[in-house]
Amino acid sequence: MTYQLNFSALWPYMPELLAGLWTTIELTVMATIGGVAIGICGAAIRCGNHKILRTTWGVYVEAIRNTPFVVQLFFIVFGLPAIGLKMTAGEAALLAMLINLGAYSTEIIRAGIQVTPKGQWEAGRVLGLSRSQTFLRIVLPPSLKRIYPSLVSQCIIVMLGSSVVSQVSYEELTFAANLIQSRTFLSFEVYLVTTLFYLLLSVAMRQLLLLAGRRFFGSDNG
Amino acid sequence: MNMNKRLLAWAGAAMLVLQASGAMADQLQDIQKRGVLRVAVPQDFPPFGSVGKDLQPEGYDIDMAQYLADKMKLKLQLVPVTSANRVPYLQTDKVDLVISSLGKNAEREKVIDFSNAYAPFFLGVFGAKGDKLAELSALSGKTIGVTRGAVEDLALTDVAPKDAKIQRYEDNNTTLSAYLSGQVEYIATGNLVVAAIARMNPAKAPESKVMLKDSPCFVGLRKDEPALKEKVNELIAEGVKDKTLNTLSEKWMKAPLPASIGA
Repeated sequence: MTYQLNFSALWPYMPELLAGLWTTIELTVMATIGGVAIGICGAAIRCGNHKILRTTWGVYVEAIRNTPFVVQLFFIVFGLPAIGLKMTAGEAALLAMLINLGAYSTEIIRAGIQVTPKGQWEAGRVLGLSRSQTFLRIVLPPSLKRIYPSLVSQCIIVMLGSSVVSQVSYEELTFAANLIQSRTFLSFEVYLVTTLFYLLLSVAMRQLLLLAGRRFFGSDNG
Repeated sequence: MNMNKRLLAWAGAAMLVLQASGAMADQLQDIQKRGVLRVAVPQDFPPFGSVGKDLQPEGYDIDMAQYLADKMKLKLQLVPVTSANRVPYLQTDKVDLVISSLGKNAEREKVIDFSNAYAPFFLGVFGAKGDKLAELSALSGKTIGVTRGAVEDLALTDVAPKDAKIQRYEDNNTTLSAYLSGQVEYIATGNLVVAAIARMNPAKAPESKVMLKDSPCFVGLRKDEPALKEKVNELIAEGVKDKTLNTLSEKWMKAPLPASIGA
């Protein structure tokens, strides 16, 4: 066991690694905002009265939550072009992440809404608010507050899962790491640095999101 | 090592030397006297050589061996070899020729001789049929799929224009999927990989546009057999001219013989 660590040989590749890191951040920000928005709509549909919509959305949620992310991604990148839907690797990656987080956050947010006491709905209706006003202003905020920590965790899982899109040649952090590894064969160093990047990213993301949560929902959260 | 074993080793070495010197006479004459051409062929490397459905060896190299034997009016004896023992078989006079997807390199050139190239083996950029890509500089602004870390990745990265978009995939199959699904306009890979798609899906198979690295196959011969070497080269040249080799290439590689063979 006399492995000589050689981090200096990694320096020339730092710009590529940082560019990959930035791409991962961009992808994550877009996927998180979009995915949670889809989740809120989805939760509203799942708790709503429209039966066909509710069932359709249920099928979508179950289909996505019970299949691997990498298969969903390959289906979008390599499968859909066969029926004429062609996307770049980046568009496909973002779409796959949106669809994925959309399904998971639907279930998480729905859980939060369902434990909200019925009396809150009734109170809103009695005060003369419409159904959608009651949902957005009365029911949703405390529901989100309740499930916020698990929603944050899910967003982080999606961020970490974005490493999979390196498989379809989208040049994010893992792709950069793989490429540098295949050029330098410094596996230990490359993946150690990449691991640290992901770790920092996760910690920073959690802190930021919890901070934002405290801002929106009051101080007893996090 | 005890005395007996050492003696045995010396005796063995002496026999090898004798055998080798016995073969010093003109090999072409020896072969013609014998009436049999012994050829080392691969049995585990399609499309060059593999075992067919009827359990008989088949492939480009087997057809090539048959062609040479027919032209020299000899009976053909195929000797299956692996890539590790094909040169030793030649050196120890177990075979007369090695037709076994043999590439040329400096170490091999020290121990055996090579004929002219007889079969295509190259890394190149492949694209749709009818596409007019003629040189690497025309790749600027285009997307090219390649398998990450493979030899063709390094070669392409070196020579492709700066604004060519190289998309790297995990393995050959993913690279091919990317091409077949239209994610990339071209792929950089080996001609054998493309031959494999052509067999399964002839309509969609890409065709060769530009070569990245050419390392064709040569017939291996024992050192200093000018008469045999001349005969083999003559037959290769004839085969290029009368399109026999082109027919073989179309049959096994699903692509015409590149101009670099026989040039």
